[in-house]
Amino acid sequence: MTAREPVFVAGAFEHPTREAPEKSTMQLHAEVARGALDDAGLTKDDVDAYFTAGMPWYEHGLTPLIMADYMGLDVAYADTTDYGGSSYVSHVGHAASAIRDGKCDVALVTLAGRPRSESHTSGASASPLRTMQDSFEVIYGASTLSKYAVAAQRHMHEFGTTSEQLAEIRVAASEHAQHNEHAMYRDPVTVEDVVSSRMIADPLHLLDCCVVSDGGGALVVVSDDVRRAIERECVEVLGHGEAVKHLDAGRTDLTYTGAADSGPRAFAEAGLGPEDVDYASIYDSFTITVLQTIEDLGFCAKGEGGSFVEGGTLQAPDGDLPFNTDGGGLCSNHPGNRGGMTKVIEAVRQLRGEANAPVQVEDAQVALAHGTGGSLGTRHGSVTALLGRDDR
Amino acid sequence: MTWEPRPLPKPTPETEEFWRAATEGKFLLSACRECGLTYHYPRALCPDCFSDDVEWREAEGTGEVYSYTVMRGVSGWPESSLPLVYAHVELDEGPRVITNVVDCDPDEVEVGMPVEVRFEETDREDVAVPVFAPRED
Ligand SMILES: [Zn+2]
Repeated sequence: MTAREPVFVAGAFEHPTREAPEKSTMQLHAEVARGALDDAGLTKDDVDAYFTAGMPWYEHGLTPLIMADYMGLDVAYADTTDYGGSSYVSHVGHAASAIRDGKCDVALVTLAGRPRSESHTSGASASPLRTMQDSFEVIYGASTLSKYAVAAQRHMHEFGTTSEQLAEIRVAASEHAQHNEHAMYRDPVTVEDVVSSRMIADPLHLLDCCVVSDGGGALVVVSDDVRRAIERECVEVLGHGEAVKHLDAGRTDLTYTGAADSGPRAFAEAGLGPEDVDYASIYDSFTITVLQTIEDLGFCAKGEGGSFVEGGTLQAPDGDLPFNTDGGGLCSNHPGNRGGMTKVIEAVRQLRGEANAPVQVEDAQVALAHGTGGSLGTRHGSVTALLGRDDR
Repeated sequence: MTWEPRPLPKPTPETEEFWRAATEGKFLLSACRECGLTYHYPRALCPDCFSDDVEWREAEGTGEVYSYTVMRGVSGWPESSLPLVYAHVELDEGPRVITNVVDCDPDEVEVGMPVEVRFEETDREDVAVPVFAPRED
């Protein structure tokens, strides 16, 4: 590998709120920005790049301009990549590239949204028709829910995956969430609880779905020079990979995700493999999202995700692949219907040894954060980031 | 009964022929004369080779269910068309298309089930909506 300038995550902050009826979305953006800068020991004046994604379905457009105005940012670089929920993992990689390219030294990434207070569900509502594709999808009732359910159905058909196996993913998340004082749902659930919860889109039950929460999060990505100038323990960005998966002109395959491409790209950049990962944050809009992603990232063979997740594999601190130790989108937080931000934040906490004590993975050296934005049933962006402890 | 109040497709210059042909009982696929790809949705440029030498090709209208889900509630959806079977159907010509499976008990739908196209009228003269129903083999 060619020697590259190392880039670091210096600050990470997750808003503690899960319901914010009294706050504006812009206020949440600013609050998480301040939280992440405080965490890094930096100030707003240090920021010279700003990254945020729009929220076209229910928020104002032109988000970076409006937010730079609101927060009084003076930046030399901005990026608005919008892959839905995976955007914020993407921003980490894009910030690393911009920093290596000498464009900036302190990149602020923010996410905020209030779908709960604004009564936007992430589930079974038909969207307005905007794109050409909508006319071939939304008219048939395409919704977030239906578009993930068809992926689960096909995976079950081809590989014999069961509802009980999907439930294991919720069980692990709920076991972790009980230790997170901010989690939306803190009560541990059983496989039986999940499979007996209401069927909302065959084969997905209510407890196969993530929460709808208000909130946000922010990250500060910095150059090596900045990292040397601050006290805070930083986390190195070791690798980053992206992919866009779509219907492929009608050759639709619902059994795998873009992680099959983004994962190998990130691992190659880091010079690592799945066996090197001590902790994984895996996008969990639905249980099926996790199951397919685990396979696609190479933690097990395609089709074997169901048996892989049985027996506590995903449960921290002792499972073979401890995942989503904050309780994830399934139990803790899915701020603004976009979970990629919290995936990175919890990975940073694990590498700094700052996860909740009962779920802290001992001596975690390498963490993976994976985002899936869009839907498995039509098109999505997959982004994988590998992070490492500074002293590894 | 017509398709409304369910959402109507919005024809575009690239897709209006697809919706119009549906009013005549035809399911049109796109095909590339350059590389031979048969594809869906309609596009002026072939999504494999970018040739603009593309044409319409009428599908037989038969295929089988590739995947599906049964939606018991969809906000904004008329009660009369619930539960809704949202499905991907693999046409015999190859492309897998998103559609609804109709005229059967939703609990009897399964992956691999043979289906054939039928067309739902809309309030617009130039738009009909293809859906699929079980087919006797
Ligand atoms: Zn072609």
